Amino acid sequence: MKHSISAMLLGTALALGAAGGAAAQDKNVKIGVLTDNSGLYADLGGPGSTVAAQMAIEDSGLAAKGWKLDLISADHQNKPDIGSTIARQWIDVEKVDIFMDVLNSGVALAVNNIVKEKNSILIDTGAATSDLTNAQCSPNTIHWVYDTYMLANSTGQALVKAGGDTWYFLTADYAFGHALERDTAAVVVKSGGKVIGTVRHPLNTADFSSFLLQAQASKAKIVGMANAGGDTTNTIKQAAEFGIVSGGQKLAGLLLFITDVHALGLKVAQGLNFTETFYWDLNDGTRAFSKRFSERMKNKAMPSMVQAGVYSGLLHYFKALEAMGGNPHDGAKVVAKMKEMPTDDPLFGKGTIRVDGRKLHPAYLFEVKKPEESKGPWDYYKLVGTTAADQAFRPLSESVCPLVKK
Amino acid sequence: MQALYAQLLVGLINGSFYALLSLGLAVIFGMLNIINFAHGALYMMGAFVAYFLLNLGGINYWWALLLAPIIVGIFGMILERTMLQWLTGLDHLYGLLLTFGIALIVQGLFQNYFGSSGLPYAIPDQLRGGMNLGFMFLPVYRGWVVVFSLVVCLATWFLIEKTQLGAYLRAATENPTLVRAFGINVPRMITLTYGLGVGLAALAGVLSAPINQVRPLMGADLIIVVFAVVVIGGMGSIMGSIITGFALGVIEGLTKYFYPEASNTVVFVLMVLVLLVKPTGLTGRAA
Repeated sequence: MKHSISAMLLGTALALGAAGGAAAQDKNVKIGVLTDNSGLYADLGGPGSTVAAQMAIEDSGLAAKGWKLDLISADHQNKPDIGSTIARQWIDVEKVDIFMDVLNSGVALAVNNIVKEKNSILIDTGAATSDLTNAQCSPNTIHWVYDTYMLANSTGQALVKAGGDTWYFLTADYAFGHALERDTAAVVVKSGGKVIGTVRHPLNTADFSSFLLQAQASKAKIVGMANAGGDTTNTIKQAAEFGIVSGGQKLAGLLLFITDVHALGLKVAQGLNFTETFYWDLNDGTRAFSKRFSERMKNKAMPSMVQAGVYSGLLHYFKALEAMGGNPHDGAKVVAKMKEMPTDDPLFGKGTIRVDGRKLHPAYLFEVKKPEESKGPWDYYKLVGTTAADQAFRPLSESVCPLVKK
Repeated sequence: MQALYAQLLVGLINGSFYALLSLGLAVIFGMLNIINFAHGALYMMGAFVAYFLLNLGGINYWWALLLAPIIVGIFGMILERTMLQWLTGLDHLYGLLLTFGIALIVQGLFQNYFGSSGLPYAIPDQLRGGMNLGFMFLPVYRGWVVVFSLVVCLATWFLIEKTQLGAYLRAATENPTLVRAFGINVPRMITLTYGLGVGLAALAGVLSAPINQVRPLMGADLIIVVFAVVVIGGMGSIMGSIITGFALGVIEGLTKYFYPEASNTVVFVLMVLVLLVKPTGLTGRAA
């Protein structure tokens, strides 16, 4: 009898131990890259973001330590409804732990809400709207690479200082364009400039001549392009045709990516000023990563800052998981851990994640090189200014994010 | 008022692309009874062929205007011979689905190899610069596009409506068996007609290459509007599609000025109105 009681106790203890161990040592992670795989933003995120995620998985070395890391990706087609459907399916059916990339502000804001409701994780490296860490901030979301406030602050201020004190905006008519226009206009006015007018064009417009003529007629010194991707490249190309720049007005690319510059060619893009937080040719770390990345791309493209952000964000996520000893499948808990730990990777250097979910790192003001200054393919940027990490983004004192205690 | 003139002119420029593309669609629909959803993809191919001719073969814009339509036209004729011809006599839906599938495959292939941001194609040196018209700065290239596409449109109309060849074509659509009885090779004529329609699309592609980025999806973005143009003008009506093409370009241009947010919807609103009032389109005849 005594023997059988002790055996039962032992059995219970073993069962309990096994169950406890399983909870702490769940080392399964599923990563979802939700992006535009086929539309106008596919080159700056798209398949390249999946490549970057794959590289982060390999470089983390977690597989050798017994972790099982799965990667899936999907195309949200720049439609918030499609993005939302995929997000719900990924969380409920596929058991995805973390969303990466999620470019397009409209889609990002929709996914941000779902991720919060379901206690998942969103590391947004692609969307621009600064609302993700302001009015719409969430304990489950980190905004990794850049935002409209930072772009406005860096590019807008530099241009007003250089004498561009009257602005006309060409704005993409959806969440992103509105946010970028709003944030830039605020900076322009604060720096002593004036906004003369605005025209809002539908997303994915082929012909900008009507809008450019309106900008030209406004006689503003700066034509601010609050759009992105194919819309921006078409605007720049057609602005050259209509003699906007030769007529004395200056184009301000508020959001440009290296893939846009590549598509335009230096002949058209030369002299443009804009802000990014990553460039492949910044230092040895960025060069080494970019070379490996480019070898895996079908068109040998260098990484955009969005794709670099996917790599950097995932590495930090993996570090947090490792520090926790397993995957708790609790989004808010993991994000809190990520905010606790300082970030450090070869692409964005040392940084931190603020309480509102804003990742902090320096912002670089670039100028596009003249064709004769470029030494070869993808050698496009000159660094003309750096804003320190603590200066580049919206100060917490201006924040309306409920997570910020005042 | 000055701004208004400028918008009218800009609308005319866009209208010339609509006209060229809808003309090709109208020719194909009128003669083959096929709703050619691959038209946008073929337009895109025209631009890409111009890009390759320049960058791989050093062949300039002017030759591309001639060669690209021929090359893409031959591709179109191969499509017609190998696939489309088997659909003769079937419901419109089959042709629509087949050509839509072809468009998706072609666009997917191009996107796979060239990405989505596209490739640069410069304006030819002879057409650079612009002139000040007083009310606007008109780039020479845009002026060229309007004039050239008008000429091409009218020439196509003349070919189909006023020549012997055009008469055969129209007769062959009406009653293929009878025309064949006169010793005319109807299938070959249909293949050539499809080639002509496709060539027009490719020509529009070459014309647009210096204005827009040469992108795999450039046609997909445009084709929906062009279909609306054809529907408004009346399916299969040659002159109707030319006139509506230009007219809708102008209306769209004005919308971009007065209410820019609606500029990519206005064409469809018009389409709905026209279909409600006159289901055969403005110039279409009842079937």
